[in-house]
Amino acid sequence: MNAALQGSLLAPFAGALLVLLVPEKLKARITLVVSLVTAGLALGVVREVMRDGVVHERAGGWGAPLGIDLAADGLSAIHLLMTAVVGLLLSLYAFYYFRSYDDGRKARARSLFWPFWLMLWGSMHALFLSGDLFNLYVVLELIGLAAIGLVILTGSREVLGAGMRYLMVAMAGSMSYLLGVVLLYGMYGTLDLGSLNALAEANPLTRAACVVMTVGLLMKTAVFPLHFWLPPAHASATAPVSALLSALVVKGSFYILLRLWFGVFADVVTPAMGWLLGAMGAGAILWGSYQALRQARLKMLIAHSTVAQLGYLMFLFPIVAGAMDAGGAYQLEAAKGTVYHVLSHALAKASLFLSAGLVMTAAGSDRLRDMRGLAERLPLTIFTMALAGVSLMGLPPSGGFIAKWLIAHAVLGSGQWWWIVFVVGGGLLTAGYMFLMLRSAFLERQDGDPDLPGRVSPAMEYAALALALAGVLIGIRAAGLLDIMMIGNPFGFTGGGL
Amino acid sequence: MNAWLPIAVVASSLVTGIVIFFLPEHRRGVRSLLNIAGALLKLFFVGWMAVGMIRGETYESRFSIILGFDFLLKADPLAMLLVGLSSVLWLLTTIYAIGYLEGWKNRSRFFGFFSFCVTASVGVALAGNPITFFIFYEFLTLSTYPLVVHRGTDEALRAGRTYLWYTMAGGALVFVGTVWLHVLVGSVDFTEAGVLRFMDASLYPQFSIIFFILIAGLGVKAALVPLHGWLPVAMVAPAPVSALLHAVAVVKAGAFGIVRVVYDLYGVAFADARGLLTPLMLAAGFTIVYGSVRALTQDDLKRRLAFSTVSQVSYIALGVSMLGPLATIGGLVHLVHQGLMKITLFFCAGIFAETVHVKKISAMNGIGRRFPWTMGAFTIGALGMIGVPPVAGFVSKWHLGLGALGSGNGLVILVLLASTALNAGYFLPILYRAWFRDPDGPWDEHMPVRRAEAPLLLLVPCIITAALSLAAGLLAGSEWSPLALARIIASREYVP
Repeated sequence: MNAALQGSLLAPFAGALLVLLVPEKLKARITLVVSLVTAGLALGVVREVMRDGVVHERAGGWGAPLGIDLAADGLSAIHLLMTAVVGLLLSLYAFYYFRSYDDGRKARARSLFWPFWLMLWGSMHALFLSGDLFNLYVVLELIGLAAIGLVILTGSREVLGAGMRYLMVAMAGSMSYLLGVVLLYGMYGTLDLGSLNALAEANPLTRAACVVMTVGLLMKTAVFPLHFWLPPAHASATAPVSALLSALVVKGSFYILLRLWFGVFADVVTPAMGWLLGAMGAGAILWGSYQALRQARLKMLIAHSTVAQLGYLMFLFPIVAGAMDAGGAYQLEAAKGTVYHVLSHALAKASLFLSAGLVMTAAGSDRLRDMRGLAERLPLTIFTMALAGVSLMGLPPSGGFIAKWLIAHAVLGSGQWWWIVFVVGGGLLTAGYMFLMLRSAFLERQDGDPDLPGRVSPAMEYAALALALAGVLIGIRAAGLLDIMMIGNPFGFTGGGL
Repeated sequence: MNAWLPIAVVASSLVTGIVIFFLPEHRRGVRSLLNIAGALLKLFFVGWMAVGMIRGETYESRFSIILGFDFLLKADPLAMLLVGLSSVLWLLTTIYAIGYLEGWKNRSRFFGFFSFCVTASVGVALAGNPITFFIFYEFLTLSTYPLVVHRGTDEALRAGRTYLWYTMAGGALVFVGTVWLHVLVGSVDFTEAGVLRFMDASLYPQFSIIFFILIAGLGVKAALVPLHGWLPVAMVAPAPVSALLHAVAVVKAGAFGIVRVVYDLYGVAFADARGLLTPLMLAAGFTIVYGSVRALTQDDLKRRLAFSTVSQVSYIALGVSMLGPLATIGGLVHLVHQGLMKITLFFCAGIFAETVHVKKISAMNGIGRRFPWTMGAFTIGALGMIGVPPVAGFVSKWHLGLGALGSGNGLVILVLLASTALNAGYFLPILYRAWFRDPDGPWDEHMPVRRAEAPLLLLVPCIITAALSLAAGLLAGSEWSPLALARIIASREYVP
């Protein structure tokens, strides 16, 4: 019986139920308490992993193949850590953000936010702790439903349209994934990832399973050209929701993709498949950045930036599927860099979307041209956005720099040097749209400009700032995090001499 | 003890900058005090380090960040050249800026980034390996951008965008070169007389490609033609910023990076043997002539000075690109000399613009009568740029000329001669107008009664830098001159 492991699952789900039942004025406060407990328990799991290595747990006393197995290794721990930091600060932000939502439709949106958010958080935990393909499917559906619920909270026509598109894609992605699960179960008679890793052979049917599961997960991760649903959904939702969608939700399906490509499908994938994914990543960077550069609205810009940044995660696959060097040194390095990008993007993007919420409150709109003069009005928020931008651009000393360094190093070292063009060029394009965004805030106000009406709560500003600072901090303290990530050898490479 | 001193040198302005950011706008006195205190403290640490180095101490701070790459700050003589220049000029420019920005908005933001800018510049100097260098090189880009766009006008923001595209692209190239090198040879530190020459010969072709990637990336900040486009545009920045950009920070970071790459990464003899120096020499020579030609036709004083910078900074690259201690000395010493002279010129331009709103050369008729001290300083700077003895610029050109002859690059002499003629061609008319024409401008030609010709906070730094330009030339033979330090460095770079 492992208290932290089970508790980290129980607390958010129980909290979600509780929040549904309690009266309106308690919901926000209880969510905050549950967030603290959940984050604390997640940190407890991380500490256990650091102390004991891989942690196993058989929920309900049944082991594989019948019961629900929980397991946490270094990769799970890193993702739990990320979710805890983002989740806690997000709850704090939301606590103040939804204070103004106190009439009619807005009040309903507010009261639904808390349970959906906690359910999503719990599902993310379940995702990172599951070691079984069917459980992962269930969790993936839960995440999808919670996320769509959060998108359509306010019930405006705009979000309903975006939510519908999101729902369709999420369903199609899940079906595609489930088809692969069925194929694997038919062949090997088990869904436990550990057993499958040992059993899987490189035959056509397994390869087919690999293809359909990968496609399904790529849809949910919104990788170009399967990204079309993301910008409207992420841009039209409320600020805290946009933040958690961009920072956490898309990383969930990517996490499964990582597990599969480094586990069950490690010997099944072909260089061509890796290449295709790499090309999709390159396309994502170019297309997402191009779109971000032509947006007139802040949140659309940030949402398209997510499309572009997700592209960086794809260069791992051609390297993994390509020729192996001694001990897989560059494969390992690419994996580390990619997970680091997941982390630093989560922190920076959450910070950006939260800042966008503050900008909307202060300026009354999220049009870039209405941001004039904000650098004087909201210096801290604009500073936060710049800091998050530094991480997204991959400049030192941020976490984004560590990620970019590792990915670029692996790309050059593995001999697939052509990807460097996109890795580095993407950074330049990011700089382009980041400064487009900041530029509008630094413009002088003119006489005809409308007043900047709204006041913002300092706590919200600090929550966004804390996320951006964390994004820089993980660059300075990279060694420790990379050590945690490697506990239990989640990528299956020894890494040779590097 | 010796490990924290390089950190203290970097931190003295970093901490100052952070504190200033949190200072309310109206706390002018505290802010000025902090600025000056930070600058003096840095100067003190640098002096301490210099004295220690003469006594044979070594100063090095090293931290491991992640597998196989160190954050390394190391004080070697070459680093001291730029650190010394930066810390002295930072103090003077800070004083100037306090006077210049009197009554402007957002001064806390300005001085915060101003301090960061010097932090980055000192970091670039002390960086002991390519990765640390890159970190500060990018930090410099980020900290100077807000200074360039500080006015917040459309023009400033457009200039800022140009500046960013150029410098970010340059930074990306430096990144690629650094990573590639790391893949091939792991973590290497800058080592006197070079380190790559000890590596496996099969890597040499890749080294050559990396060399050009790095030089192209650094050439953006060093304003090598055709990568110089940002420099004349960035002139919209406030005068102290232009002064710092042109003398210490940005262009020097680029030029200094080229010096590091050629001498301490590749080794000048190795680079020469691989045929890498000739393209650099051609680019530098072309830039010197091109910048001067463009300067001839500019009527805007700061723009003329900007094109003059394009030309003059490439003297450093020119000296670096020739094999031979004399050329090395000429290039290195110009790093300091150009800084002293150019900052003087920009200080003067700022004084004219602020006090009587004269920005065009055509409006400078007779301005020497209204501003005898300022124009005197300007004259020293201008004559130095032309290379008239005994101002510092002459010492640079003399060594470059000897170095060119010594290394068998006789044609370079022609470049130097052409450049001298062109420098005279665009500086002497200014001097003529200012001293010998009658005032006809819209400004009041009479000197203020019982007051200095310009605010002392602006005038004094300007006179000091002019005096330093003169002293660096007059006392070039002393053992404390920039020339002496350049000699020491050169003697160490040519050890077999």
